[in-house]
Amino acid sequence: MSTSLLSVRDLVKHFPITRGVFGRTAGHVRAVDGISFDVKSGETLGLVGESGCGKTTAGRAILRLIEPTSGQVTFDGTDVLALDAARLRALRRQMQIVFQDPFSSLNPRMTVGAIVREGLTIHRIAEGAAAQARVKQLLEEVGLRAEYASRYPHEFSGGQRQRIGIARALAVEPRFIVCDEPVSALDVSVQAQVINLLQDLQRDRGLTYLFIAHDLSVVEHIANRVAVMYLGHIVELASGEDLYAEPLMPYTQALLSAVPIPDPRKRKSRIVLTGDVPSPADPPPGCPFQPRCHHPAKDVACTRIRPPLEMKAEGHLVACIKQPPTRISWDEQRAAGATNAPDRYVPLALATPHS
Amino acid sequence: MTAPDPRPQALLTVRDLRTYFHTDAGIARAVDGVSFDVMPRETIGIVGESGCGKSVTSLSIMRLIRPPGVIEAGSRVELEGRNLLELPEHEMRRIRGNRVAMIFQEPMTSLNPVFTVGEQIAEVARVHANASRREAWDRAVEMLQLTGIPSPAERAKEYPHQLSGGMRQRVMIAMALMMNPSLLIADEPTTALDVTIQAQILELLQQIQERFAMSIILITHDLGVIAEMAQRVLVMYAGEIVERASVGDLFAHPHHPYTEGLLAAMPTLGAARTRLAVIPGTVPAPTRWPPGCRFHDRCPHAWERPEREHPPLFEVGPSHWSRCFLAEEPDRRRVITRSEDRVGETR
Repeated sequence: MSTSLLSVRDLVKHFPITRGVFGRTAGHVRAVDGISFDVKSGETLGLVGESGCGKTTAGRAILRLIEPTSGQVTFDGTDVLALDAARLRALRRQMQIVFQDPFSSLNPRMTVGAIVREGLTIHRIAEGAAAQARVKQLLEEVGLRAEYASRYPHEFSGGQRQRIGIARALAVEPRFIVCDEPVSALDVSVQAQVINLLQDLQRDRGLTYLFIAHDLSVVEHIANRVAVMYLGHIVELASGEDLYAEPLMPYTQALLSAVPIPDPRKRKSRIVLTGDVPSPADPPPGCPFQPRCHHPAKDVACTRIRPPLEMKAEGHLVACIKQPPTRISWDEQRAAGATNAPDRYVPLALATPHS
Repeated sequence: MTAPDPRPQALLTVRDLRTYFHTDAGIARAVDGVSFDVMPRETIGIVGESGCGKSVTSLSIMRLIRPPGVIEAGSRVELEGRNLLELPEHEMRRIRGNRVAMIFQEPMTSLNPVFTVGEQIAEVARVHANASRREAWDRAVEMLQLTGIPSPAERAKEYPHQLSGGMRQRVMIAMALMMNPSLLIADEPTTALDVTIQAQILELLQQIQERFAMSIILITHDLGVIAEMAQRVLVMYAGEIVERASVGDLFAHPHHPYTEGLLAAMPTLGAARTRLAVIPGTVPAPTRWPPGCRFHDRCPHAWERPEREHPPLFEVGPSHWSRCFLAEEPDRRRVITRSEDRVGETR
C-alpha cells in the first residue's frame, strides 16, 4: 500500500481559445493548472470538485487521452509523457478508464461481446474460442449473463451498460483504472450495485483506482484518500477520514456543508457560498478561491500570494496561507499587504462529523 | 348534518390520477392511480427513481401531457375547489403561471435563447395581467432582485446563454413568482447544479415560500434534498405511491421495503463505510408492470401473497401509509443481512 503506482507532478493542461478566421489564440482556459499527487498501489484516490474544476481533464491527461501541456506522469517507473505511440499503446494495457455516460461510451453497432473482446484482440491477449470464453467469464464477473455477449448496448439499462464498460476495461487485466464519474448517471439503487462491484473487483484483483466524482458522499464511501479540486488546482488532499472530519480549506468546508444529509433530524448550519465559480479562462489572482472565501483571516495577501499545497498535519495537505502552519511566513504575508495573521478556522458545524 | 371538517382545506387535491401513454409497444401506465393532497404553505416531496412517474404526475397536474399520453377518465385534479381536468384550455392557460407555476431541471431548455431574460420574465405579466411594457419590465427586475441576482437591472438585459446554470434557475424562479402563484411545482430544480449552487437555490426556495405563502411540490430523486426541504413525502415506484408519511416518520421508520432499500443504498456523508445495501434488479418497464405488488420481484421479504395480490395503501401509523402487505403480516419481515456475495444485477 505504501509504494506509489502513479505519480503526477505539476501537470498542466491549457486549452487555447481561438478567435477569428485565422484561429488566432486569444487566451487560454487553464483547465488543469499544475497539480501533483501520488496514487499508491491498491488504493482508491478520490478526485472531487464541481463542474469545470478540471477533474475530468486531469484524468484524461494522465492517460494521454488528451495531451498535457506540461508536467510529469510516472506510472510504475515509466515516464508516460515520453512514450511514443507504440509504447503508449502497450502501457494502456495497464491503465484503463471507465466513463461516466454508459449511453455514449459504447459503440451501438457492436455487440457486447465485440466491445469486450476488442481489447483482447488489440493487445493480442486471446483469440477465437479462448477470447470468447474470456468474454463470457468477464461478463459473469461483472454480474451479467454470459449470453448477453450477442446482444447490442441499446438492449440494456444504464446500470447494465456501466457493467459492460467495466468488463471492457477489465478485459486487458489493467492494474490501474480511472473511473470518471462512473455512477453519476445511475439511479440510487443501481448506483449501489455498481459501487459494490467496483469495490469487489478492487479487492479480488488488487486494482488501483483514480475515482473522479462530484458526489462527495460517493467519494467518501469508496476512496481511501481524497483530493479536492477548484479551478484547476488541488486545494486539499487528505485521507477520507481526516478530510470529512476536519476539512481545513474553506472551499472544502463549504462543499461538505452544502451536501444535503438524508436525515431530517440532522439539519445543520450551512456555509452558503455567494456567487459562481470564476471562469478558468480568467482565474482570479492569488488563491483561486479567494473571491468567495469565508475564512475570517482572509485579506489582501490572499489576492497576491498563490498558496502552496502544504502539509498542515500528518498526511493532510491544504492550499491556504491563513490556515497555520504555513511556510509563507508572516513577514512575507505582511509584505504582500496582509493585515490578519493566520488563524486556525474550522467552523463549529463541521468540527464534529454528523455521527 | 355532518360536523364541519376541522382540518384546513387542501389547496390541491389529486384523486386517482391515471396518465397512460398509448404506444406501439403497449400501454405505458406511467401514473397509475395516484391520490394526494397539498395543504396551504406546505412543501410536499415526491421522491423516486427514473421512470417511477413523478414527473408525469406533475405534468398531469399542469395538463402538459401530449399524445400519445392521455389523462384517463375518472382522474381528478382540484385546485382551490376547481377540477382542472374539466377546464377549457384557455382557462387552464390562465391557471398556469397565474395560480400554479413550474420550474424544471434544465432551465436552458425552458428559456428562449433569442430574447433577453428580462423580456421573458416581463412577458408573464403582459400575458396574465395585461400590464404595460414599463410595469412588466419593472416587476421583472424586482423579481430578479428578489431571487438574489446581483445587479438585476443589468442582468435583465442579458440573454440566457450569458448566465450560469444557477443564475438561469434563479431567472426561472423569478418568472414563476411573477403572478404570485399559490402553488409552485419544482421538478428536479437542482439536479443539474453543483452542490454549492444547489445549496443557494434550496435556500432561495425556502425564503420565497415564506414570503409568498406558497405551497411547493418538490420532485426529486435525492433523499437528502427531501429531508432538508419537505414536511411530507410521497415515495413513488412503478407509477404508484408506495409510501406516504411525514418527513420525520419516513426517515426514522420507513415501512415499505422499497423506501427502506433506497435509504440503505445511499452512501451518506459521515456514515460508517460499510458495504452499501443494494436493491437487486432494475425498475420494470411501464408497459409491463409486474402483477401483484409491483416491487415483489426485487423485494427481500416477498412471499406468495404479493406475487398474486396487488396491495392497497395501508395505514401503518398516524398519517403514515404504505402499499405493502407487511402492514397486515408484520411477521413476514425478515432481518436483512448484507450479503458479502457478489451482487449481480439479476437475481
